[in-house]
Amino acid sequence: MTVFLQNLINALQWGSFYAVIAIGYSMVYSILMLFNFAHGDIFMTGSYIGFGVATGLMALSAAGVIALPNWLILVLTLLISMVLTSFLGMFIERVGYRPLRDAPRASAAITGLMIGIILETGNLILLGAQRIKFPALVEPVTYDLGGVFVTNQKVLIVVVSLSLAMALHQFIRRTRWGMAMRAMAFDYVVVPLMGVPINKIAAMTFALGSGLAAAAGILFGVAYPVLDPYMGIVFGWKAFVAAILGGRGSILGATLAGFILGFIEIFVAMVFPSTLRDFIAYSIILLILVFRPYGLFGEPYSVRLRL
Amino acid sequence: MSTPKDIQSTPRRFGRLWRFFQEVPLLGWLTGALAAVLAEQFVGLDLAHLVDLPKIPVLFGFENALKKPELIPGTVLYILMIYLAPTLLVGRLLQLPANRVAGFLARRWPVASVVFHLALLYAVLHIWSDINDYRVIVVKITLIAVMLTLSLNVINGYMGEFSCSHPGFMALGAYAGSVVTIVLFTNSSMYGPAVLPPAIGPYLFPVALFVGGCVAAVGALAVAIPSFRTRGDYLAIISLAFTFIVKSLIENLEIVGGPRGMRGQPDWSNLPVVFVCTVVCVAVINNFVRSTHGLALNAVRDNEMAAEAMTINTQRTKMIAFLFSAFWAGVAGVLFAHVLRYVNPGTFGLQQLAEVLAMMYFGGLNSIYGSIVGAVSINLMSEMLRPLEIWKWILIPLLLILVMIFRPTGLIAFRDFDPVRLIQPKGKERSKLEA
Repeated sequence: MTVFLQNLINALQWGSFYAVIAIGYSMVYSILMLFNFAHGDIFMTGSYIGFGVATGLMALSAAGVIALPNWLILVLTLLISMVLTSFLGMFIERVGYRPLRDAPRASAAITGLMIGIILETGNLILLGAQRIKFPALVEPVTYDLGGVFVTNQKVLIVVVSLSLAMALHQFIRRTRWGMAMRAMAFDYVVVPLMGVPINKIAAMTFALGSGLAAAAGILFGVAYPVLDPYMGIVFGWKAFVAAILGGRGSILGATLAGFILGFIEIFVAMVFPSTLRDFIAYSIILLILVFRPYGLFGEPYSVRLRL
Repeated sequence: MSTPKDIQSTPRRFGRLWRFFQEVPLLGWLTGALAAVLAEQFVGLDLAHLVDLPKIPVLFGFENALKKPELIPGTVLYILMIYLAPTLLVGRLLQLPANRVAGFLARRWPVASVVFHLALLYAVLHIWSDINDYRVIVVKITLIAVMLTLSLNVINGYMGEFSCSHPGFMALGAYAGSVVTIVLFTNSSMYGPAVLPPAIGPYLFPVALFVGGCVAAVGALAVAIPSFRTRGDYLAIISLAFTFIVKSLIENLEIVGGPRGMRGQPDWSNLPVVFVCTVVCVAVINNFVRSTHGLALNAVRDNEMAAEAMTINTQRTKMIAFLFSAFWAGVAGVLFAHVLRYVNPGTFGLQQLAEVLAMMYFGGLNSIYGSIVGAVSINLMSEMLRPLEIWKWILIPLLLILVMIFRPTGLIAFRDFDPVRLIQPKGKERSKLEA
């Protein structure tokens, strides 16, 4: 039982990364009907930006310019990197995706892939091939809850991810901008005629998604403090799986699917030899899709696909 | 004399210059290219020394010109003298006889004409790659990439799905083919002594190719059956999951070497074999997409419901397309394994997927020409730009993004590939042929 609970905690943490990345993926996917294959690399870049900001702030703090406690540095790092990465996302949308809005969707997917490669390579050129250690902003404290060990990092990660997901959900449900986004996801052609600024909404979608990816990147850095330029690839593709598994146009679906993916991976590794993890995890996903071909929360939609 | 339509179709910018060469048939160009590679074979080294190059430039001189800029003039001169001048001169000089021969063959015996052209093309490739082993590898890998891209185009271009399963198909083919050849024909540490005498192995290599293709096709059922109920994005992740599953499965099968991979494939994927396979693949896929099945694929892509209403059996169409495409991907996989003579599961991952998707969408949807051009250009580019090292991976993606922005469907999309028309003579002979 304790093993199960322990793994549950681990799965929650692992799932939160997938969930937060998948939300950003899912937003772009549902609102603009694009595969944003650069998303994993935006996550990676966000993590590196977080590293830069955190190191900078810690240096300032150490030099005595402004004395900041570590938790404040973490909060500031999160906020600043999210904003910076949002700009990166908007830039990518402007350069790589906007010219292709009426093109076949697969072309935009290829642009995304290529932007991803450019981000990875750019990172390699700028920082070299050695791995980088993320500064330890959160001193690990372990709580023992009857045999189950919980660190404060895990709590932090799960809480921050869930609150980001909830905040985004509320934003989309309650605000005018959110309404515009939902409208765009519903009908892409008519919405601009209703006076909704389609370019602004698209940019905002990318900004929000990239900001979330940056948050995930920093949380990842807190939990696994070694960064390398190719860490986004696998996360990107898995978030792609989670986003679509969740169903089109459903933030909660993507969150849930992210957690499900995390759970499946962790529990498969618990029961079976860990080398079988991908095999079983993806077989389960294949089965889910055979029985729910439109994802967990998606509706069968009959729009002609623009592939 | 040329018809006005021919003049219209020539590229305007090169109008004047092109008009001088426009009656050179494909046969003429091939002869010219043959002359060029022969020239390189016999006087290439002397000429290279003459223009201050240390040796014959391996891939059109990019590799040393990028490293040492002072070699650029020499390289340009070399390319002009060895490749461009002989091709243009011989092609233009032999215009009349080439047209006569092509016309004669096309009238009397079209099949022989095709074979003759292919033989010339093979001769050009063979002599060109004879200079060093690196060129042989590049040519082989490029031809395999052509097969792979073409087979992907059947699903992603002609049927309009976004399939990410090609590395999986390729892996299945590569492993199945390797197991066949290693078990049957080689004394290996993994499977013991050869079952059949190794001497007959090369003649039975097609069997291994066929088995590889069939195993990949059987694997494709895992993607084809879900595709009956779901399309587009959901199918994309089903196929992606398939790739992950295959890779993970192979990593866990100790009998094929697990994550360490499998080595010791016999060296039977030589240039003629790869060339013949590629030609057969191009021919079969071209005929497939121009047959009723191929047209049904387009109908399914454009509107599945309407296609169903027009009595197209969409399930059967999808099934055939997936199995067919997977078969060729599998064959390409077998060849690939026997070119490198080593496979490991890591080869067939996301990197391979990104590569083949890039080649296909760069070349163009729904077009055989496109896939050939895409595969050849991306492969050659990534080899030629090797000296740029890491910057290569900035340059090539940028180029692809630009192509996607300015030609969203790829360089040469929606173009029919008609080999009979391609090898026709031009000018007077063509009007004779048409009369």
